[in-house]
Amino acid sequence: MTVSPPVTEADGHDDAPEPIHPEDAGQWTAKLRATAVEAFPPARILPDRQPAYVASALYVFGVLTMAALSIVILTGLVLAVMGPTWWHVSSTGLFVNSLHLWSVEAFFFFMVIHLWGKFFMAAWRGRRRLTWVTGVVSFLVSVGAAFTGYLSQQNFDSQWISTQAKDGINSTGAGAVFNVLNFGQMLMWHIVLLPLVVVAIVGIHLLMVRRRGVVPPFAPEAAPAPAGDTPVGSEAPVAATTAGEAS
Amino acid sequence: MTAVVALVGALINLSGPGHFLSWHFIQISVANLVVICLMVVVFVAAILLPLPSRKHRHDR
Repeated sequence: MTVSPPVTEADGHDDAPEPIHPEDAGQWTAKLRATAVEAFPPARILPDRQPAYVASALYVFGVLTMAALSIVILTGLVLAVMGPTWWHVSSTGLFVNSLHLWSVEAFFFFMVIHLWGKFFMAAWRGRRRLTWVTGVVSFLVSVGAAFTGYLSQQNFDSQWISTQAKDGINSTGAGAVFNVLNFGQMLMWHIVLLPLVVVAIVGIHLLMVRRRGVVPPFAPEAAPAPAGDTPVGSEAPVAATTAGEAS
Repeated sequence: MTAVVALVGALINLSGPGHFLSWHFIQISVANLVVICLMVVVFVAAILLPLPSRKHRHDR
């Protein structure tokens, strides 16, 4: 552990991490802090620049998905505060309810395009398997969150969907803890459990993107590769402009 | 009020029952098919079209 320079008088803080006292090195707080700072230094967690190959519209859909998810969460919070009567009856409630629905539509729209783009880039290359897996899991959990949302509409549509789904769900044995005909249970899954899981997994997904960097494009096949060339999955970035990127 | 409704309302009437396409065991609503086609169009456009960028970026 290196010794950091003295604290400046300007703000009382220093950018370098606090050195760990030898007596405290065995504490879990010190170990966790050291691991976190090593894995996610500030310049990597919130970089100013991206590699040159990111200047493509195909790299925009991840952040568009995140923006749509933010609207989903915000409108969901408003709906939870105001309650069903408000979103069913008042014009403002109907508007916010519609915003919630259409932001979900946008969320899946952008997420599927993001998925296609990353699939054809083989975005699991370069030790990015956990990034890919958390993306897949967040997609699957989001389907469940959207499904319970359709069950929470309190209209004929939700009634139809729940009665169509019950036999399939019950045949898996999950009906004991996931009864689609139980409106209260489905509402709780929709507004508490599944959003927590989605936000947590998306958070891990984002951290992994920052940890490993955005996946670089495939190297051009201009010349035949000599024996012992770089194996697939360890390509160097085309033009990395940030120290913490494309690692 | 009518003008406002016409401005912010849906382009087509969405109050009726949905339309479905069937082919053997495959059945899909026209609405879902339209959304899937839109996704394909946006995906291809994102690959082919250049991303607008600021012109004064000489350091890239």
